[in-house]
Amino acid sequence: MAQITCIDATLGYEDGVVTEGLSFTVETGDCLCILGENGSGKSTLVKALLGLKPVLRGKIERDPALTGIGYLPQQTVVQRDFPASVREIVRSGCLARMGLRPFYSAEDKALADRTMEQLGIASLAGHCYRDLSGGQQQRVLLARALCATRSMLLLDEPVTGLDPKAQIDLYELIAKLNRDGITIIMVTHDVNAAVRYASHILHIGGGKQRFFGTVDAYKESSIGKAFLAEGGA
Amino acid sequence: MNGLQTLVDYFVNYPFVRYAFAVGLLIALCASLLGVTLVLKRFSFIGDGLSHVAFGAMAVAAVTGLTNRMAIVLPVTLLSAVLLLRTGKNTKIKGDAAVAMISVGALAIGYMLMNLFPTSANISGDVCSTLFGSTSILTLQKSDVAVCVVMAAIVLTVFVLFYHQIFAVTFDESFCSAIGVRANVYNLVIAVITAIIIVLAMNLVGSLLISALIIFPALSAMRVFKSFLSVIICSSVISVVCAAVGIVLSILFSTPVGSTIVTADIVVFLGFWITSVIIGRTRV
Repeated sequence: MAQITCIDATLGYEDGVVTEGLSFTVETGDCLCILGENGSGKSTLVKALLGLKPVLRGKIERDPALTGIGYLPQQTVVQRDFPASVREIVRSGCLARMGLRPFYSAEDKALADRTMEQLGIASLAGHCYRDLSGGQQQRVLLARALCATRSMLLLDEPVTGLDPKAQIDLYELIAKLNRDGITIIMVTHDVNAAVRYASHILHIGGGKQRFFGTVDAYKESSIGKAFLAEGGA
Repeated sequence: MNGLQTLVDYFVNYPFVRYAFAVGLLIALCASLLGVTLVLKRFSFIGDGLSHVAFGAMAVAAVTGLTNRMAIVLPVTLLSAVLLLRTGKNTKIKGDAAVAMISVGALAIGYMLMNLFPTSANISGDVCSTLFGSTSILTLQKSDVAVCVVMAAIVLTVFVLFYHQIFAVTFDESFCSAIGVRANVYNLVIAVITAIIIVLAMNLVGSLLISALIIFPALSAMRVFKSFLSVIICSSVISVVCAAVGIVLSILFSTPVGSTIVTADIVVFLGFWITSVIIGRTRV
């Protein structure tokens, strides 16, 4: 069933429309890749999907059963030099369930441990975040997102700044999570990775939606062919 | 041993020495707790800016002859803190410029007011003691101590209750908002506590040196420790020890309290810095 339905949505700021005519659905278990050049409105769409930013026109409906979206933001400068242990960061994913209780419950701690185990970072639990490699840091943030929710992950340019080997490892990990039933929405400008790992593609550019459909349909479309040729596939 | 004997005598015989210790250590503890967050959020200069605002407000309070200066200094500083921390996004004037504008503006207006409407013959003395801390920490009344204890208790309680939220908001605001933690609310909490700490700390080290009290212990601890909790604990220990050492030295050698404490903080920072170079920061 549809977890997110976007109906003719227009996104932008007070002083202008960034992109319009967005219509797409995200079903449970999908892996949707959002493609587009810089400035095409990808990050605005991310904020709208997270509910941090209202749409100007149209609407974005979230299935009431969708408890939350695990978000993997782009790394900030602050984080790269942050003195916190991996365990502290992963546990902070449980924060929304804490309410006014000033400490984590035993279940939350166990969930954080299991998630670190699942993503292969259990041995790093006591290490300092700033001492990790880029790929390890992304795994930590992924674990934190999984502690927040297991229904949907929204990844914003997850492989930026990683070396090629770490990029492939991270993509494989994301694909594995997707096979385990977690819906994935991934923003990227890596078209080759998108057609390899996604089930659906949403391509935005030039202030509007250029394509939405399955990967196979995208490969056959004129925009997909042009973009893939450009991407060096 | 003679110095130690003198000190013990002071401590036993003069209540104001005990008050100074109590207030000094509490302020140092509170300042160091928030220091880590402010440094990591790249807000180090907000402490500085706010303290200048507090200076301006203090001048207004002095000129209007209010007996209870807190009544005007605290609300003004709180308001500025909220405004400054809100300027992160969606404003025409960016964060650092806003801080510079408000802080220098308040400083200038405060100094002008003190000169236009002098309340005592010794203006430069008044200004100097507001800027660099005065001996007022050694002239505290019981009621001042009570106010300070209550404020410190509020800061500590809020910090302990919202420790995890403060950590998460410091580390990653957008993630917090995405999972439904109200990051704005906790930013506001951080702003309010910062303002309270600055108003408190003005008594101890004066408005120009407050930032030092906030950032040095945090920076020292961050050199060496690797988890947020250990950084916070280490930073508060450093801050309290330095405040104690500073107050003792200033009593023994008649040096200014504020700058002696800050000097102690600087010495500790250098020590931690050298330690971090020796043990090497990159492991894994």
